[in-house]
Amino acid sequence: MDLSLTDEQEFLREAARGTVSRFKIVEAAREALDDGLGALPDLWPAAREAGWPGLLVSEAGGGAGLDVFDAMLVAEELGRVLAPVPFLGLLPATALLDGAGYDGLEAIASGEVRPVWIPTRPPGDLEPNWTVDGAGAARPAAPAIEGDGDNVRVTGRAAYVPDAPGADLLVVVGVDGTVAVVEAGAPGVAVEQVVRYDVTRAVGHVTLADAPGRLLSVSPDATADAWYVAQALIAAEAVGTVQTTLEMSVQYAKERFTFGRPIGSYQAIKHELTEVLRRLENARSLLFYAGWARADGPDEWPLAASAARSAAGGALDFATRSNINVHGGIGATWEHDAPLYFRRAQLTRRLVGGHGDATDRVAERLLAA
Amino acid sequence: MDLNDTPEQAAYREQVRSWLEANKADAPPVRSTRAGAEDTGYLAARRAWQGKLAEGGLAGTTWPVEFGGQGKGPIEMVIVNQELARAQVPGVLDVIGLGMLGPCLIAHGTPEQKQRHLGPMLHGDEVWCQMFSEPAAGSDLAAVQSRAVAQDDGSFVLNGQKVWTTNAQFSSFGLLLARTNADVPKHKGMTMFIIDMSAPGVTVRGLRQISGEAEFNEVFFDDVRIPAEHVVGGVDNGWATALTVLMFERLTIGLGSQGFGYDAARFAAAIGTDPVARKDKAVRKTLGEIGVELLALRFASYRGLSALSQGQIPGPESGLAKVTTVNAAIAAGDLIADVLGPDALDEDDSEWAYMISFLPGLKSAGGTEQILRNTIGERVLGLPPEPRLDKGIPFSELRAKEKEGAAA
Repeated sequence: MDLSLTDEQEFLREAARGTVSRFKIVEAAREALDDGLGALPDLWPAAREAGWPGLLVSEAGGGAGLDVFDAMLVAEELGRVLAPVPFLGLLPATALLDGAGYDGLEAIASGEVRPVWIPTRPPGDLEPNWTVDGAGAARPAAPAIEGDGDNVRVTGRAAYVPDAPGADLLVVVGVDGTVAVVEAGAPGVAVEQVVRYDVTRAVGHVTLADAPGRLLSVSPDATADAWYVAQALIAAEAVGTVQTTLEMSVQYAKERFTFGRPIGSYQAIKHELTEVLRRLENARSLLFYAGWARADGPDEWPLAASAARSAAGGALDFATRSNINVHGGIGATWEHDAPLYFRRAQLTRRLVGGHGDATDRVAERLLAA
Repeated sequence: MDLNDTPEQAAYREQVRSWLEANKADAPPVRSTRAGAEDTGYLAARRAWQGKLAEGGLAGTTWPVEFGGQGKGPIEMVIVNQELARAQVPGVLDVIGLGMLGPCLIAHGTPEQKQRHLGPMLHGDEVWCQMFSEPAAGSDLAAVQSRAVAQDDGSFVLNGQKVWTTNAQFSSFGLLLARTNADVPKHKGMTMFIIDMSAPGVTVRGLRQISGEAEFNEVFFDDVRIPAEHVVGGVDNGWATALTVLMFERLTIGLGSQGFGYDAARFAAAIGTDPVARKDKAVRKTLGEIGVELLALRFASYRGLSALSQGQIPGPESGLAKVTTVNAAIAAGDLIADVLGPDALDEDDSEWAYMISFLPGLKSAGGTEQILRNTIGERVLGLPPEPRLDKGIPFSELRAKEKEGAAA
């Protein structure tokens, strides 16, 4: 039994921490609350330099051929500082492209071409055509991929797609689970950048009107796998953010005095922060479960990735609210960083199927066993 | 990430497994304490089985060889526990003796005490009990009031009461923490003693819990004479001795069977028997949340084992797993009973009735949730401790001080 990180994994994590530490992201994000996304530093060149676009691309395709667990170590570091790296949209796309032996992997592994995954349809979901955004009748129709042979036409819409703005290549999962690759510049493609609540997270609405694309040869398992890769990455990223907010809260609880005592000595505060720790540690344990299952326990992978997303999402919600509570009123103002993490939690909870879908999948898997 | 044994561990596992294969026909069935604790025939079979395990090297795995143990590490103990579970046979009867009290005697006992007690303890000939908690000393263990008064001949006379004493009804000996000096601050005036449970003045009474059965006991002491040579670890040094026991308690719980059988799949199966509940959104949401908590524990324990393999001892954070287990199981009991209705509360026919009755007490057992959160908050997160009213005050003056505090 050995769950300790290998030297290579430690190095990958340290390097990621070093890369993001070169940028003043939180400071920029506070300014961006006023100015919008434009004020954030561009981390893409640094991400390319670090080799992140090629993390999941096989060595034959010019990538590092690493496991999803390795990518999760990077995601955790991104989450710690709310780094606006287009990671979440990128990695599931590279996993699909690599699995399909896509022609052009080297440009993707090097980051010269940035693909984005359009997560239209949760695999095996109970409600067909259900997409992850918009309420009721406003739910857009999942893209339909039609045509003979490899050349297809894609029509439909996907909203709040992480990292869609600025992507070069759209890896679109169609309503029937088939996958098409569409150039972002192709006729009929429109990507609308949206700033929604969390300025550190780039999202966009993607509209495809009879857009030309090429069918990607993937199995339904690979389509499902991309979904769970995204769930696991969101979980890892959330764990990083929880770690940061817990550190902030603990620090403040030691320094702030009321009635002659540091507030951290009161059980009300101490027990709440212990609850953050409990949720954090459970989520972290599930990151190991997901990482192990992706590599060695494929039957458990959907359960493990969904459980990780659910636990980490719950931890993120709880921790970011708790961080505000511990800081008192100032924590709820723009004078403080706490709202940035809260905003991250609020939007993340609703992306890529949302927290509720992940929890329901856990129930579904347990009931089906 | 490697969930497999090292070659050495695999070889040891194979050795344990083949021994069990050859000997498991002699094992009594696995039974809950509910069916076992008052059945003398069953207890005799469990004692004999413990003796057999000891002869086969499957008891006292971590005890030094000179005291009949195997001199192995905690990982090997986990392997033994896993293989016992796999073979579906019970482990040792005296988990408390072998896991906590024996190791304390090995650390602090005199050569005569080790010589006299460790062998019969290991083989199940003499079962031991732990007599620490009292009605007014639980989370605040150093508040024990049982008094052992030194006599001119060096012996002591003990008066007082202990509570939550598992196995006391069939124990031969116990390790007891008593106050020997009330004129010093409370952590300083205690002594650890070996108590002969058949000594005149020792009375054991079963303590019925919600389920109606008595898994614990109260033990009363009326002028019980303790020979001088029954002091363990020195007079007035009982707190340090007790801390050793508590450290081994954490290890024993940490390495024990996982989570009382509170398993997400088992709970889901109960819910799944109802086709309406299976599709009910509210039921599914709650089940999913419970499932997530319990699923986390599996890899939490692997993380612990991994740390153990690298020589780390479980710290206070291991208490978080207990908090998670108990609360998830409570939520599961509620959900299952909501789905199954009052049938789930049938104490003769439903496995859930027993679980539902058992859990409220488990929330306090081995450290209440609140005290665990205090300890973890202070020792793991580094948060400042609560101010204390009892620091540096002689035990004999504490009661007056407490009354003063309550009146203020």
